[in-house]
Amino acid sequence: MTKIIIDGKELDVPAEYTLLQACEAAGAEIPRFCFHERLSIAGNCRMCLVEVKGGPPKPTASCAMAVRDLRPGPKGEPPVVETNSPMARKAREGVMEFLLINHPLDCPICDQGGECDLQDQAMAYGVDTSRYHENKRAVENKYIGALVKTSMNRCIHCTRCVRFTTEVAGVSELGAIGRGEDMEITTYLEKAMTSELQGNVVDLCPVGALTAKPYEFHARPWELSKTESVDVMDALGSAIRIDSRGREVVRILPRINEAINEEWISDKTRHVADGLKTQRLDRPYLRVDGKLTPSTWPQVFAAIAAKAKATSAARIGAIAGDLASVEEMFALKALMDKLGVANIDCRQDGSRLDPKFGRASYLFNSTIAGIDEADAIMIIGANPRIEAPVLNARIRKRWLKGNCLIGVVGQKLDLTYPYNYLGAGPESLAAFADHPPADKAKPMFILGAGAFARPDGEAVLSLAAKAALSLGVVKDGWNGFNILHSAASRVGGLDLGFTPGQGGLDVSAMAKAGGLDLLFNLGADEIDIASGAFVVYIGTHGDRGAHRADVILPGAAYPEKTGVYVNTEGRPQFAERATFPPGDAREDWAILRALSDALGAKLPFDSLSQLRAALNAAHPHLAKLDEIEPAQADFAALAAIGGALDKAPLVTTIADFYLTNPIARASKTMAECSALAQARHLQAAE
Amino acid sequence: MTVRRLAEIQPASFAFTAENEAWAQKEIAKFPPGRQASAILPLLWRAQEQNAYWLPKAAIETVAAMLDMPPMRALEVATFYSMFNLSPVGRHHVQLCGTTPCMLRGSEDLKKVCEQKIGHQNHVTADGALSWVEVECLGACCNAPMVQINNDYYEDLDPQNFTKLLDDLVAGRPVVKGSQTGRVSSEPVGGLTSLTSLYGVDGRGAPPAQASAPVAAEPIAADIEAHAAAEEADIKAKLATLPKDATPEMKADSVGARPAGLSGARADKADDLQRIKGIGPVNERRLHELGIFHFDQIAAWTRPEIRWVGTYLSFPGRIDREQWVSQAASLAAGGPGLKTHDSSPVSGVKTGAGDVAG
Repeated sequence: MTKIIIDGKELDVPAEYTLLQACEAAGAEIPRFCFHERLSIAGNCRMCLVEVKGGPPKPTASCAMAVRDLRPGPKGEPPVVETNSPMARKAREGVMEFLLINHPLDCPICDQGGECDLQDQAMAYGVDTSRYHENKRAVENKYIGALVKTSMNRCIHCTRCVRFTTEVAGVSELGAIGRGEDMEITTYLEKAMTSELQGNVVDLCPVGALTAKPYEFHARPWELSKTESVDVMDALGSAIRIDSRGREVVRILPRINEAINEEWISDKTRHVADGLKTQRLDRPYLRVDGKLTPSTWPQVFAAIAAKAKATSAARIGAIAGDLASVEEMFALKALMDKLGVANIDCRQDGSRLDPKFGRASYLFNSTIAGIDEADAIMIIGANPRIEAPVLNARIRKRWLKGNCLIGVVGQKLDLTYPYNYLGAGPESLAAFADHPPADKAKPMFILGAGAFARPDGEAVLSLAAKAALSLGVVKDGWNGFNILHSAASRVGGLDLGFTPGQGGLDVSAMAKAGGLDLLFNLGADEIDIASGAFVVYIGTHGDRGAHRADVILPGAAYPEKTGVYVNTEGRPQFAERATFPPGDAREDWAILRALSDALGAKLPFDSLSQLRAALNAAHPHLAKLDEIEPAQADFAALAAIGGALDKAPLVTTIADFYLTNPIARASKTMAECSALAQARHLQAAE
Repeated sequence: MTVRRLAEIQPASFAFTAENEAWAQKEIAKFPPGRQASAILPLLWRAQEQNAYWLPKAAIETVAAMLDMPPMRALEVATFYSMFNLSPVGRHHVQLCGTTPCMLRGSEDLKKVCEQKIGHQNHVTADGALSWVEVECLGACCNAPMVQINNDYYEDLDPQNFTKLLDDLVAGRPVVKGSQTGRVSSEPVGGLTSLTSLYGVDGRGAPPAQASAPVAAEPIAADIEAHAAAEEADIKAKLATLPKDATPEMKADSVGARPAGLSGARADKADDLQRIKGIGPVNERRLHELGIFHFDQIAAWTRPEIRWVGTYLSFPGRIDREQWVSQAASLAAGGPGLKTHDSSPVSGVKTGAGDVAG
């Protein structure tokens, strides 16, 4: 700790702090454009100038000067920093004037208006006139992809976007060509960016040079109502803010959550919003003469009740999809229990994870933040880059810090960091089953659906557990056995025990021809249900599930309902409602409650709070929001199961990152991104 | 500076010649593993040399691939430096400095010459001979205004000699590199004001008599030194023949001729000999003892007299090194000596380094 006097206040700060951090610790506000906590220091905007005694006799860029680099006074007094002295103020005014020389005065037509760092800081630290009378610089706008619109006249060359794509996203696509006043930010030959995290450059841009293309000219920030919620596009449960106007979700932005997403979100999370407006199921449908026709709630309930009455419990089943909240799965399970149905499953991808092995057998046990501590990471049957882009950025961050061994079993993919390729199939994992403990303090396995969502998934899981035990991935004080789910509902479903009961059928048995007579499908769109069964689809979009359905009950999408989602770490998080479901659509739990009445198996709750009370009584850990309940599993027993292994390579289950769920498939923006990615894929294959 | 973009018409591919490839591998090997990107400047430069002095997109990509860099990073470097030409250039590519010192010295006029003779920037003349571009400071401000043509600097330009230079280049006639006014390196236009005993007033070490005429021979600083050394050796040899207890007068007499002295200062008013750099109170007193009171007396010393006084004062050669004679001449004429911090040139003074050379 070093003593330093900031604005007359003496305080102790770590010597490795930058002056900017020290000033913030002292409560002084330092304006900045190029500096960002999670990016490298560039020191090129000069907005954070402060006056320093004990340093060079000129204004100092506080972001780039460390406290330890300051000299004490002649008698050993601590160095003195003034953040609001006449020199510092004048320096800032000068910098601001320079920045504004070439910045166009187009705030009224700029999407950043109202949430613009430059606008705010010009008001706070600038002067009210310009002495510059020459023509302003004009810069061509660049095409850098489907998600980011450029308006390059506004660029102030802070290079945050360049540093983000290079350092965090791990793709060196953006760069600054030319120099001086001719410097321009662009991608190589204006190709579209390929990163799944590119949308974040819009948040990073302190001016309106990079704005969100889908949001272009849609709204002003002050007319949006902001709802803090949780993302469901992948199993991380990234913290998001849903900005809505009236009934429309206009955009989705990240919130800071250091434990999960820091402050990034993937492009799917951010830009899926337009999918909430199209293809929506806004009234009940009933299949009449082979054709889905609009209907009414009483009619469809009557039709379901008639079918249910004619069907024995053994021929009834329920599947929960990827976006279901814990509440509705709980309600559906309760309904099935009442009907005496054992055929329930929440693993529509066919994963062999099972609560019977213990809760720790299906969680990301080390936690996502635990990646920062890991010193060896083996990725097994996963492509974190598309299954959880934000998590992949975290692994990359860990790799950048150095001294971290990364291995991959499965596909050879560009993960944005180098790794040792250990093999494609499960047999390459077998080499580690009888391995002496790794010479690492905190080794980690990350298993993706590619490892356990296959017929021999249980054997692969068992083998992984065996390897984990022998390598020391699971040991006292450290559990690095991590399951990376790809669906937001999965851990919640497994926590509830939404798996086949005694003698019950699993997903593949239910979906195959002749498996069932009546199937309740709670938003499961990623499986093909063979013809034969009478399918009741509760969902939001006219997607695969709805096409196969005999009855459609229109439900609410994730911004339209409150609900708890348990992320891949086992962390229950509460998603707030931002808007309302369209038309006759209702919240899913309410549909199930009404349906139960029609089926003569009335569920014992009349409100969501009663439902939650019952849920929390049955599963107390789900009441502890944002906390991870310590989980146990008998890994030795899991390792002992063994089983025959298929030689097939461990392949990720996600074919197209941008089109993994009904909302994304309804989104025009996602379709555009997907088309770009496909074109790249084809080009690469040539 | 202008916005720099890749050329619209690009060759389909680029590959280093075998020789350049081998050279490039040697360059890359200079850097530790993982730092190969450091070799980007030499490689881009060699690629440009190989490709008629401009860098096509394919070359940038080839170099990026060789160094395991994303192409964007290589493009950043190629667009940053104005030494990399991104579109075809003439056989003689003029980089005209337009930064302040050159601008003050008339680079705007040179720009007009370029526009007239070549056309707008980055345009190659129909015969492929010339092209030009304005660049930032090339670091030859002393000889402003200047241009760089291919690998050479051409300095001290004005519209006339620049036009002639361009014409000569196009016609294939030999041209002088560097200053176009005959100036040596970046010395003052009017000749040297200091170190003239070493380099001569024109900076070439030639005798002053020839200074105004064009100098055919190269500077002969080595000759001057040889001369001085020879004279000193001669003096030493002569002194060696004398007995050890010889008086200063005896020693001096043996190597030169005693200058005629006055019995007293004219009009009883001696010149302030201490104004001559090298003469302090002691030497002034001893000169007075010899009857030397006035600058014109010193200025009139002949070679044997210089040798005599030098030996008498026990510092042979110093009178030459400190240019007492030329200083005295200047002071006698009412000019400055070396002791004053006067910067007016001493050219025109009859003696000087020539004394040594002669």
